[in-house]
Amino acid sequence: MLLNQFLLLGAFLFCTGVYGVLARRNAVLVLMSIELILNSVNINLLAFAMRNGNLDGQVFALFIIAIAAAEVGVGLAMVLLIYRNRRSIALDELDALKG
Amino acid sequence: MLRNGWIIPLLPVAAFWLILFVGKRLPRKGAELGILATGGSLVLSFVAAYQWIDRVTGAEGGDHGGTEHALRAIGRSILPMAEEAHGAVVEPVIRTFTWWQSGGVEFTFGTHMDGLSVMMIVVVGIISLLVQIYSTEYMKGDEREVHYFAALNLFTAGMLIMAVAPNTVQLLLGWEIMGLCSFMLIGHWWEEKKNSDAAMKAFFTTRTGDIGLLVGISILFFAAGNTFDIVTLNERALAGEIGDTALFLGALALFVAVIGKSGQFPLHTWLPDAMAGPTPVSSIIHAATMVVAGVYLVARLYGVFWEAFDIADGGSNLIAIIGAITIVIAALLAFVQSDIKKVLAYSTISQLGYMVMGLGVGGWTAAVFHLFTHAFFKCLLFLGAGSISHSGSHHSFDMKRDMGGLRKAMPVTFWTFIIGTAALTGFPLTAGFFSKDEIIATAGQGGYDFFAWVGLAGAVLTAAYMTRVIYLTFFGEPRGAAAHHHPHESPKAITVPLMVLAALSLGAGFLNAVMFDIHKFQEWVEPTFAFPGVTHPEFEVGELVLALIAIAIGYGASYAYYWRGVGQGRFVERNALARGGYRILENKYYLDWLYEQVVVAGIKGPIAKAAYWINQYVIDAVVNALGIASREGGRWVYRNLDQRVVDGAVNGAGFTAGGSGAVLRKVQTGKVQQYGALLFGAAAVSGLVLVIVV
Repeated sequence: MLLNQFLLLGAFLFCTGVYGVLARRNAVLVLMSIELILNSVNINLLAFAMRNGNLDGQVFALFIIAIAAAEVGVGLAMVLLIYRNRRSIALDELDALKG
Repeated sequence: MLRNGWIIPLLPVAAFWLILFVGKRLPRKGAELGILATGGSLVLSFVAAYQWIDRVTGAEGGDHGGTEHALRAIGRSILPMAEEAHGAVVEPVIRTFTWWQSGGVEFTFGTHMDGLSVMMIVVVGIISLLVQIYSTEYMKGDEREVHYFAALNLFTAGMLIMAVAPNTVQLLLGWEIMGLCSFMLIGHWWEEKKNSDAAMKAFFTTRTGDIGLLVGISILFFAAGNTFDIVTLNERALAGEIGDTALFLGALALFVAVIGKSGQFPLHTWLPDAMAGPTPVSSIIHAATMVVAGVYLVARLYGVFWEAFDIADGGSNLIAIIGAITIVIAALLAFVQSDIKKVLAYSTISQLGYMVMGLGVGGWTAAVFHLFTHAFFKCLLFLGAGSISHSGSHHSFDMKRDMGGLRKAMPVTFWTFIIGTAALTGFPLTAGFFSKDEIIATAGQGGYDFFAWVGLAGAVLTAAYMTRVIYLTFFGEPRGAAAHHHPHESPKAITVPLMVLAALSLGAGFLNAVMFDIHKFQEWVEPTFAFPGVTHPEFEVGELVLALIAIAIGYGASYAYYWRGVGQGRFVERNALARGGYRILENKYYLDWLYEQVVVAGIKGPIAKAAYWINQYVIDAVVNALGIASREGGRWVYRNLDQRVVDGAVNGAGFTAGGSGAVLRKVQTGKVQQYGALLFGAAAVSGLVLVIVV
């Protein structure tokens, strides 16, 4: 059974994604990293779906793909608006949350 | 058509998407698509109405020998047609399909066709079609015409979806679509801060009520044994299968939603501000969609409200009281407005009060009939006001500054407006006369005497403030824009809808003229299935005379004051009581002030300050005290147990607690990524702990 390899790949992708989200300054790269995280979860779901021999995991993965598409749509729209307002998409310059 | 009713809301939805995507390239910016779609669904609605009437009369005439009407299994059932209806019980035609399933609960979508929903979709179709035709002229050249027509179609679709909803989930969906569309349309000219503020206010105020809808639906869902189905809810409520407390709380929560959506006291404040939108929008909001949704909700779930509020008992109940308060306060407010649309807005609130009161006193048919007739004459009045501002007063709605003497320049608008006013005030033989009197008569004969008197008082006020509007707009000397800008009659696209609506305002009342023993509306619209025994008033001459006296007083007082000038200019100034009353009315009972200054500012100011104070003094003190206590405790342990390690840890805890505030303040940088890192770190640590422990 190849489960371990899938899980390792998933973990690797997940860590890459988390690193990207936390460390990159470019908002587009952060969005891409979020996609990586979601896909690593997909891989885990598929691996377990295969192991357990039912389709639930695959259905979940399909849902995640659909929702990820919507999420990127919203995310890119926000990035675009931020760019229009500030002429930059460097995330470390956005600290308006401080209140 | 009763079986395939899903096409009716689908057409405007399709039009919405089409207009959004291709409207820009069409010569009339998508208006043609909208008119086509709405016209199509109106024709289909007429077919459905015809079939429904056929079904009702067929069921009453013949004995079909069915022994029992099969209770539908929830979901996916196609109701048996008229053969199974026995006696005069006409079951609604319900078709549903499963939308999704979760944990054994089916969420269904579908159509529920009965007299009420067919009546509603016909009204929505007529009003929406006329408003769109009117808008082609009124909104010509607007920079966002495409979005305007798209939103108008989605608005119509929302109301249609809600009207045909067989379950409360679909009802909620239509309800929320309307909330969104009203926000978009009221704020259509958002460049002006005032307009976008009004849109926000409408959205938030109705949202406040919508929480009630969600809560009410959930309570009823669990109380009635896991069902969203409207017919089942009504049946179980009427059969007493739902616990009293749960039923009352559920109905109460739903009624909060009605108060918000239908502009009942005390959440009525958004409706007058919603006049910031284009006039056709105000017209459709007030006549067919949005505000009547609340009334429709009560009418639809009447079995639930009937049992929850003990409507059959007479005396008084919350629904009737709220309705009665709304009638009077809104009618009084209409006197001090100088903006013609605001007068009409308050008049709508007052008329909605009649409908809600009618439902509260057991006069289901009377209230729904008033909803039906009110749609026509209120739409007419708003479109008339729009016509005046479009061609007569140079886009101003101020009656005192920019109108007056317009009757010669705008004959069609003038006469149709007169007809609308007559219908609204209840002039004999017009639509409002029959429906309003029916509500008052029902209240009087159903054991709700007090509310009948409130209804009559409301009729006096209505007659008086509408006469005032007529005087300020069409009579007297032209003022401001009406004098300087050459008022003229509006083009055909505006006057034709006005004339159609005028004809309807005159004729619609005869569908249920109790006076002449005509009960067609009652026969066609009133459900006979899962429905309580509502009051049907008898015709009484005494009540007719009282109603006539009431409107005569209203007309007479206004006539004397404005045309003859009796007591003008002295009454308000001289009488301290009247002056005080006027000031209260001018400030709209200080309700906005209450909401903005007391509630919102209260949350913003003092409560935030109090929280800060508690944070500074109480929590810090507690933390300090804890620290000190721990340190003291540590010393005690140190002295007594002689263990330096424990002492150090305790000291450390005290120090940490005291200093944590300062440290945490530094963590709050406002940088999302740092927050994310903290979050992720915390999650990782917790995960690790979980792995190690488990």
